[in-house]
Amino acid sequence: MEGTGLEKTIGILNQKYEGEVLHAAMLYDFPTITLKKDKIIEIIKFLKEHPDTRYHYLTTLCGIHFPELNQIAVMYQLHNMMSGERVRLKIYLPAEKPEVPTLTTVFAGANWMERETYDFFGVIFTGHPDLRRILNVEDMIMFPLRKEFPLEDQVREDKNDTMFGR
Amino acid sequence: MEEVKQADQAYHQEEEKQYSYLNLGPTHPATHGIFQNVLKMDGEIIVDAEPTIGYIHRAFEKLSERRPFNQITPITDRMNYCSAPINNMGWHMTVEKLIQAEIPKRVQYMRVIIMELARITDHLICNAVIGVDTGALTGFVYMFQQRELVYEIYEEICGARLTSNIGRIGGFERDFSPKAWEKIHRFLKEFPKVLKEFENLLERNRIFMDRTIGVGGITGERALEFSFSGPNLRAAGVDYDVRVARPYSSYEDFDFTIPIGTNGDVYDRFMVRQGEMWQSLSIIEQAIKNLPDGPFHGKVPDFYLPPKEEVYNNMEALIYHFKIVMGETDVPKGEVYHCVEGGNGELGFYLISDGGRTPFRLHMRRPCFIYYQAYPEMIKGSMLSDAILTMSSMNVIAGELDA
Repeated sequence: MEGTGLEKTIGILNQKYEGEVLHAAMLYDFPTITLKKDKIIEIIKFLKEHPDTRYHYLTTLCGIHFPELNQIAVMYQLHNMMSGERVRLKIYLPAEKPEVPTLTTVFAGANWMERETYDFFGVIFTGHPDLRRILNVEDMIMFPLRKEFPLEDQVREDKNDTMFGR
Repeated sequence: MEEVKQADQAYHQEEEKQYSYLNLGPTHPATHGIFQNVLKMDGEIIVDAEPTIGYIHRAFEKLSERRPFNQITPITDRMNYCSAPINNMGWHMTVEKLIQAEIPKRVQYMRVIIMELARITDHLICNAVIGVDTGALTGFVYMFQQRELVYEIYEEICGARLTSNIGRIGGFERDFSPKAWEKIHRFLKEFPKVLKEFENLLERNRIFMDRTIGVGGITGERALEFSFSGPNLRAAGVDYDVRVARPYSSYEDFDFTIPIGTNGDVYDRFMVRQGEMWQSLSIIEQAIKNLPDGPFHGKVPDFYLPPKEEVYNNMEALIYHFKIVMGETDVPKGEVYHCVEGGNGELGFYLISDGGRTPFRLHMRRPCFIYYQAYPEMIKGSMLSDAILTMSSMNVIAGELDA
């Protein structure tokens, strides 16, 4: 079942949102579509309601930091339980000011997923009903899952990372 | 105008006065984990609730970015510690999908056995605790004895009990020993009797029914809106199970049904879990009956950590062991999502590899995290004691909340 949805989804998207699709590929068994960031919420709503796609279930949502591109990607995974088709939508935001409208207007379950993404990556979801840190302390000023915060103590000199392929 | 404003203020102050605020948690026996709920109470009725999580935040996702793929297994089993082996297997299968490894049928069946045992332990703890929260301790004691039997099986297979770390990328470290099989058979023989007794104790019990039917309910549509999955979604009447919808590890070979509820309340969640335990028993029996012969691991020398006896006696194995432990093996670049039906629902691993020795990014879709955001909505307007039951029937595990 998986994977049949890529061309269909692209076709449906192009009917209404010509030029919004930046890249599409089948990554292993998962259709992945990169989109322009401006209309993402509108597009997700469209795909949720369109009779041929009906991605009515938000599986997950998360951020990914690409330091060399200086961008933060937000990934949305949608699912149509009736047909078993899934799709992954991605948008890229500038790392200095990552901002995107909230998905809570479409899926109630996006609430905490967005709070978590904000907490870890600093992505501002405009219009979110309660955009606060969820796992970390409220007065924390950084966003720990960004790549500029390595895990190990950088002050230590007794460990040579090159020996471990790091 | 000023008078109106003053009157309005006074009214609101008065309104605020009649509410009391109650801290349920962070550490309270009834919260089943370390998280806090600030409840706004009108007498004993909950008006509003605000859950706070993050007390045991262990940075799973960040840690994973610094660890070779093998060393991530112990992180995964600390998420849902009631059914840790499912997490382990889910992670192994994710990496296997990334490296496109072929896994022998025998390994897949062995995994099914372990995963179903884990599902049983997860559900039996949850259901036993629902009993406790309604004041019935007997069933809890019966069921915990059975959990002990399963933990002995884990112990026999991998040496650990709670944080199991069972299996390797590519298969198992060793085949199940005769003693492990003996223990599995013992469990299969003893458990149905106890499960039946437990059912008799609670299923038609008037007090239990009164306390659970119509409590903490959620509709199917709302559950889907909230991205529910697993037993909590099925209790609300939505027939979705990853094992059927997207079979992995040979689940397509097994014959089983998916129990479905109707109201999505505590009683339905209890009954769905009961039903699933019977189904899991049937799956395990089928797996044992049809267990294929063959090796207990696939041919993925770059990722499969060789068994210790081989490392001590075989040069090749020693070299591979060294390479894997030192993280010298690069993985292919790629982006992969794999999900399994965890004890609590769809447990997904979204993995991005940039070709290095560690994942570039690993995101875990934890079902509990998603359920818990619906909790305030589910308990609004109910009594305090119902809130406790709702929480235990949703089976919220703190390790899965905090990643």
